[in-house]
Amino acid sequence: MKILVCLSKVPDTTSKISFTDNNTRFNSQGVQYILNPSDEWYALVRAIELKEAKLAESVSAVMVGGAEDDALLRKAVAIGADTLYRINAQPMDAYSVARMLADFIKTQDFQLVLTGRETIDYNGGEVPALLAEMLGWELASPVNKLDIVEGKARMESELGALTQVLEADLPLVISAAKGMADQRIPNMWGIRNSRMAVIQVVEPQPVEPLVRFVNYELPPAKGQVKMIPADQPELLVDLLHNEAKVI
Amino acid sequence: MNILVFAESQHGAIKKSGLEAVTYAARTASQHQGTVTCLVAGVDENVASGLGAYGAHKVLKMESHPDALGLSDALSEAIAATQARLVVLAYDALGRHLAPRLSARLGAALISGASGLPEIQGDTLRVRKSVFSGKAFATLECSTPIKILAFSPNTLAPEKKEGTAEVVSFSPATRNSRIRVIKTEEKQGEVALPDAEIVVSAGRGLKGPENWGIVEDLAHALNAATACSRPVADIGWRPHHEHVGQTGLTVRPNLYIAIGISGAIQHLAGVNQSKVIVVINKDPEAPFFKAADYGIVGDAFEVVPRITEAVKKLKAGA
Ligand SMILES: Cc1cc2nc3c(=O)[nH]c(=O)nc-3n(C[C@H](O)[C@H](O)[C@H](O)COP(=O)(O)OP(=O)(O)OC[C@H]3O[C@@H](n4cnc5c(N)ncnc54)[C@H](O)[C@@H]3O)c2cc1C
Ligand SMILES: Cc1cc2nc3c(=O)[nH]c(=O)nc-3n(C[C@H](O)[C@H](O)[C@H](O)COP(=O)(O)OP(=O)(O)OC[C@H]3O[C@@H](n4cnc5c(N)ncnc54)[C@H](O)[C@@H]3O)c2cc1C
Repeated sequence: MKILVCLSKVPDTTSKISFTDNNTRFNSQGVQYILNPSDEWYALVRAIELKEAKLAESVSAVMVGGAEDDALLRKAVAIGADTLYRINAQPMDAYSVARMLADFIKTQDFQLVLTGRETIDYNGGEVPALLAEMLGWELASPVNKLDIVEGKARMESELGALTQVLEADLPLVISAAKGMADQRIPNMWGIRNSRMAVIQVVEPQPVEPLVRFVNYELPPAKGQVKMIPADQPELLVDLLHNEAKVI
Repeated sequence: MNILVFAESQHGAIKKSGLEAVTYAARTASQHQGTVTCLVAGVDENVASGLGAYGAHKVLKMESHPDALGLSDALSEAIAATQARLVVLAYDALGRHLAPRLSARLGAALISGASGLPEIQGDTLRVRKSVFSGKAFATLECSTPIKILAFSPNTLAPEKKEGTAEVVSFSPATRNSRIRVIKTEEKQGEVALPDAEIVVSAGRGLKGPENWGIVEDLAHALNAATACSRPVADIGWRPHHEHVGQTGLTVRPNLYIAIGISGAIQHLAGVNQSKVIVVINKDPEAPFFKAADYGIVGDAFEVVPRITEAVKKLKAGA
């Protein structure tokens, strides 16, 4: 069984978010990019663990992005992926990203496609179900635990107070969420390998995005915090009831 | 303009997110002389016609309650039957399955996680959503013939007025997902975090899982959901689904109470859209106070039980 992990790049969690060109573009100046945490920590690491347990033949990683993203993509090999693909296009919306991924997947023989639950920049969470629909595959999402038992996927999915144990045949799209695996720090050997890793560049059919970003705004600054003395916590309840009117 | 809205049900009643969806559709329709048709499954005639009070003109009522794949089929058929140009639904766990599937199937633009009502001019729809985990807003635009608008839960409160809706029975052809549910466990009596109006959250400051009683007591008194910071879920003091923040769940309740949480940027990203934030921390320098509306510098173990008592008194008096 061959696994494909979809990786997106996002600004580091501590990045200062600002915009340029009259607030129409994200200002990437000085921004450090990382792999989206749920793609790297959960989807990629779990795929590699399954390979190490001989439950998967190989782990490939794919990113829709430009040549400037190659260094980031190589990190997947440092962590343990075998093959890297870059679909050569700038991501413009979730629909076009999913379409390019689906077109690529159709030319290959992956049985399991793992994505993250959502990215921490555009926060869409759309790509997993778009992909499943475009491929005509089933989708399990969000998945917090994943095992392969007798060629089938055994999963646990937590939704608020509800936990489900699921079983599915392959092929399958899975969106990975917390609990599936733990972050792995690449070792020296991995880092050396990644420097030599070849990235296979795929030229996609052009796809028109369906959604345009018109402009951005920063949220208004928070007003002054009202401090309540520790020996009168009852005052807080009074303020929440009579002033803020939230209880 | 014809609007089709999906309202999810549970145990025979429409969920709060479903009532929000109907209200959202009705408010959008009222600006554009639109009609609102609502698709429901798993409720009786009375519940269905009662959606008229929230602004539905007509309700398509399904007898069976299909899974997410089947519901996406039902929605496709309903869109065709009503010639809907706009589809409205909540972007919750189920919405994350339904909305993108419809988008891919119909080539319809999807704007997910909208945080306000749309502006529609001619063929173009514009709406705001939160991006960069709450650190910014973006205005998005689309103009495909059919559009899908999946708003983020708790964007607006359900508005109940007078009226009943015409109920039509609807029997679309639906597939079943081939994914088998082996076991389902539901924790009873807990408020689900994603839909909660009040969230009581705690962090490493509580020192250990055995101390969560004071957090749960306050949550019960307020009818609130409980949440936690990432390290607390990582060490297994609390279940993963309670983890909020940039790499966990994003919540936007009316009230978020943070107890013994320092307020790291990654935590704030998941909670800073809450309407009111209360921070209880023994360190006056904790960064969370900068994002708070109300703050108490004090020991959680002394302060929180007293707040719980005061809430109980307030509720008993009300
Ligand atoms: C410089 C820049 C400018 C952008 N400008 C726009 C813009 O103008 N309009 C706009 O709509 N979007 C823009 N984007 C966002 C980009 O289009 C998003 O990556 C895309 O919309 C996917 O949506 P999402 O981030 O909400 O993904 P989600 O649906 O949240 O992603 C879920 C999962 O899908 C997979 N995935 C997502 N993206 C990729 C990818 N690129 N390659 C491989 N797998 C992926 C990952 O596994 C991810 O965890 C821009 C991004 C960048 C970097
Ligand atoms: C890539 C990345 C992603 C991350 N994503 C997330 C995320 O999604 N969510 C998240 O929460 N974190 C996330 N983190 C971790 C984050 O940086 C912080 O480490 C974490 O939020 C700290 O958790 P905490 O506030 O519970 O613990 P601490 O930072 O240890 O804070 C404990 C607080 O409790 C207070 N305290 C102690 N005793 C008492 C008492 N008796 N009464 C009252 N107060 C007391 C202390 O003063 C302190 O402020 C992420 C980190 C990284 C690098």
